[in-house]
Amino acid sequence: MANPAIVATNVRKSFGAIQALSGVDLTVERGTILGLLGPNGAGKTTLVRILTTLMKPDQGSASVHGYDVVAESDKVRGAIGLAGQYAAVDEILTGRENLIMVGRLYHHSIKDAAHRAHELLTEFDLLDAADRQLKTYSGGMRRRLDLAASLVNKPSVLFLDEPTSGLDPASRLALWKIIRALQERGTTVLLTTQYLEEADHLASTIVVIDKGTIVAKGTPSELKAKVGGDVVEMHIADLARTRETAEVLHSLGNGEPEVDDALGTVRIPVNDGTGTLPKVVRALDLAHITLVDLQLRRPTLDEAFLKLTGHRAEML
Amino acid sequence: MPTKLTYFFADLLTMVERNLVRYQRVPQLIVFSTIQPVMFLLLFTYVFGGAIRIGGGNYIDYLLPGILVQSAVFGAIATGIGLAEDLSKGIVDRFKSLPMARSAVLLGRTFADMMRNIFVIMLMFGVGYLVGFRLQGSLSDAAAAFALLLAFGFAFSWISGSIGMLVKNVETAQVAGFIWVFPLVFASSVFVPVQSMPEWLQVFAEWNPVTIMVNAARALLLQNVGEYETALYAWQSIGWIVVILLIFMPLAVYLYRRTN
Repeated sequence: MANPAIVATNVRKSFGAIQALSGVDLTVERGTILGLLGPNGAGKTTLVRILTTLMKPDQGSASVHGYDVVAESDKVRGAIGLAGQYAAVDEILTGRENLIMVGRLYHHSIKDAAHRAHELLTEFDLLDAADRQLKTYSGGMRRRLDLAASLVNKPSVLFLDEPTSGLDPASRLALWKIIRALQERGTTVLLTTQYLEEADHLASTIVVIDKGTIVAKGTPSELKAKVGGDVVEMHIADLARTRETAEVLHSLGNGEPEVDDALGTVRIPVNDGTGTLPKVVRALDLAHITLVDLQLRRPTLDEAFLKLTGHRAEML
Repeated sequence: MPTKLTYFFADLLTMVERNLVRYQRVPQLIVFSTIQPVMFLLLFTYVFGGAIRIGGGNYIDYLLPGILVQSAVFGAIATGIGLAEDLSKGIVDRFKSLPMARSAVLLGRTFADMMRNIFVIMLMFGVGYLVGFRLQGSLSDAAAAFALLLAFGFAFSWISGSIGMLVKNVETAQVAGFIWVFPLVFASSVFVPVQSMPEWLQVFAEWNPVTIMVNAARALLLQNVGEYETALYAWQSIGWIVVILLIFMPLAVYLYRRTN
């Protein structure tokens, strides 16, 4: 049980002159959701394709569920599920036929495949549309079916390559719920996304990848902390007393306060924003300094991303 | 205990079924590969046929074996289009992520197209009978011609499949299909005797696998040549089929593995 679900060691991959992955190391513990966050062209999909045996690494090695992705690719395929950026399902077939076909290709008996298909169609709220051809499905329904197809063999490790790109907010929320439920049942999930919010919301660990290299790794709060953590920001009434305010509060912060005399603002970096806020109010009250405005600012993952990669996450 | 081989056949069956369902649900796919040969059959029987000198016999008898080969070859274009479609839609990624036999994807497609050819060739035979074609050889020779035609179409499916995987785009596969199929079909003995062509073209036309296949089909269906020539043409066709498969099966498998 102790060994991780996914281990990648120094994985490299180039396409001609373009280096897609330049030495990626990655470990994903069992039963967790890892968010692989990066802009377009960062190498997310290439890494997923290598881990799901669709592509071989030029160098380095990787194992999934204890199996080597090159030498034991068939065993890896039996243990994983993959749902991609575009729904990899057959347009001509019905939803049910798609799932049965996938079950049969996992070498389940037709009876078992049909049973599992029905189970998944029920779970994913596709029963009404089960016997319609996919051309009548909406984008959200297709994605749900694609995800269902990736779960036919009850995988222990699930790879989701940008599972919600191009979906409307309601479908996205529905998919998030499903992904969380899967993790609660013990499935390990590796999810790639360019939506910072999505990684923040779902992942227990986030790995930030940019230009084929991992630039940061940690829990969502750790990553946010890397940007400097929380900041208490205030406006005071008497512009002449900004310096004094900074001195009064200096001991509460974890760094040098930022002062703007002209605007009357003071910003103090703190470790525990929520805990510090009442102390700030009390200290200012004692010193008879009048506040106009007081707020706690938490850095967004967007800011974290900017700081870590030196450029903004490109949104599509 | 199921073995690798039983799994392979199970995968192949699943894939053949998947591809046959397409012909059932999108009948245009079959219409596309039959309407053209039917039009050519009618056009050449009633419009151009009278002006073509074949040196004895009815033109329709001469034409139909050619049209059957043409149907098999035109039908092969669908293999490339279908594979290009699968590649562009991403379903191939799904297949590649499953613990299934990889060759089943390609074989499933080419086998399904061969089964469609059974239907198409019988249909063309029927239409041919309606416009005056009469079988002159024995039924067993006709069966041999039928088997050769299926094998020939199957071999061409692998050429077309390779092209489909190379271009990865449905429209391009469609156009590319006609670019290589047209010269083979028209610079051959399908519609006219090779001897009526300029000399430089005769060299190509005589070696053209389509000509050789047509010669074999004519010999078997019409008994227009002796036993020796019939056997020669048949073996030459088999030779071409084997050569094409030896080149294009590995190529298609290579291209399939390489796609990402």
